[in-house]
Amino acid sequence: MSGVRVLVGTRKGAFILSSDGKREKWDVSGPHFAGWEIYHMKGSSANPNRIYASQTSGWFGQIIQRSDDGGKTWTQPGTPPGEATTAPGGTPKGESNKFVYDTSAESGKPLTTHQWYDGTQHPWEFKRVWHLEPSPTEPDTVYAGVEDAAIFRSKDGGKSWHELSGLRGHGTGPKWQPGAGGMCLHTIILDPANPNRIYIAISAAGAFRTDDGGKTWKPINKGLYSQYIPNPTEEVGHCVHRVAMNKSRPNVLFMQKHWDVMRSDDAGDNWKEVSGNLPTDFGFVIDVHAHEPETIYVVPIKSDGEHYVHEGKLRVYRSRTGGNEWEALTKGLPQKDCYVNVLRDAMAVDSLDKCGIYFGTTGGQVYVSPDAGDNWAPIVRDLPAVLSVEVQTLS
Amino acid sequence: MSWGPPRKIRIILPPHLRGLAHISGELLLEVAGAPTVRSVLDALEATYPMLQGTIRDHVTQQRRPFLRFFACEEDLSHESPDTPLPDAVISGKEPLLILGAIAGG
Repeated sequence: MSGVRVLVGTRKGAFILSSDGKREKWDVSGPHFAGWEIYHMKGSSANPNRIYASQTSGWFGQIIQRSDDGGKTWTQPGTPPGEATTAPGGTPKGESNKFVYDTSAESGKPLTTHQWYDGTQHPWEFKRVWHLEPSPTEPDTVYAGVEDAAIFRSKDGGKSWHELSGLRGHGTGPKWQPGAGGMCLHTIILDPANPNRIYIAISAAGAFRTDDGGKTWKPINKGLYSQYIPNPTEEVGHCVHRVAMNKSRPNVLFMQKHWDVMRSDDAGDNWKEVSGNLPTDFGFVIDVHAHEPETIYVVPIKSDGEHYVHEGKLRVYRSRTGGNEWEALTKGLPQKDCYVNVLRDAMAVDSLDKCGIYFGTTGGQVYVSPDAGDNWAPIVRDLPAVLSVEVQTLS
Repeated sequence: MSWGPPRKIRIILPPHLRGLAHISGELLLEVAGAPTVRSVLDALEATYPMLQGTIRDHVTQQRRPFLRFFACEEDLSHESPDTPLPDAVISGKEPLLILGAIAGG
């Protein structure tokens, strides 16, 4: 029987919410990694029992965890306890929490600094993994988007990580700058039709694309307009919050920028605004219906100072026309005295016949709509602040 | 200077790192050579490789900013990592404490 497994990362641990295809009754497991920030968890579509998790802490740094049994048990995919941590030649074995920027003259050159908050230049410093994107075909291959912004890849199930340094080597790095959440690479989209094409997005640099498997990258920000950079139409510097794609149309992208909801019909080469009648075009999440590629979802957020939903009402907005015309979805969501945020990785869609939509809030609620947004219900109400939500559709 | 046979050093880790290493309570770890913060961390990471990068940086070997090293009611955090540990730690009378700064929530 079909079902879903919702992977929830929070400020204080991970939770796994499971249900059958009706998505009415839920089993809650967790907290896993209690007390740690879980920035993101995502399952492999090539092996749904394999789940990768980013466990992180301002005190203790970055840990990568992996489950091979659907989230029941977890291990760090590094050297087991008791084994030597160095290879016979004396070189350190690559441990699963080791993310080291490529500084080699050949491939890591030349980028060493980015713009700091005050406009001065600042060296790249690894802080955490924001997003893990497993390959759709190879269970042992997974990409990591990190802060300070860079993309890493593991081909051995998360044991060792290597930077795809062509992104930082693009040459625009001195113009990249951190947003309020840090200078993070938070979005990785692997083109399902073209294994050499990857899209990424960085706050605050913008969106980038590779067409050669990660060797070289180009910024794809034409059409974006950002008042908070000296030249609002600059090639880089835009605070992109999220990019989403429907797998059936990999050339069509939707973007929630700091302000403005955007779409591109040519793989990011050109963007146009589709904010339309939204009450505010600021927000973090954006996602696309699994079966209707012109149906998209956002959660407008009051900004710049507040970062909670408008008018105390938690409303998801849906467009069935690929943008511009939006309707508020409110049934089952609090419509007064609500002041939560929905962070950029905290919305997901399943691929059951009736597409389910999920999102988590900074107030610790995770909501589900089993009918594409018409009706909503809380799965859980009282988790720690939710950082990320992903869903696995199980057959 | 010869330090003779390996010493057993008592170590107390913060709860998050005890959980990560699947241990409970105080650690008793054999340390070869001069007992210093560096040699203790070398031994700790060799026995518990999952702790690599959690106390000191993988590459620079610098102490992570929010972690501190205490022993015998003294703060050793800003000492050279090659300074010999206090005699009471070397003799096993006192533990080396590795702990997180009181910050955040």
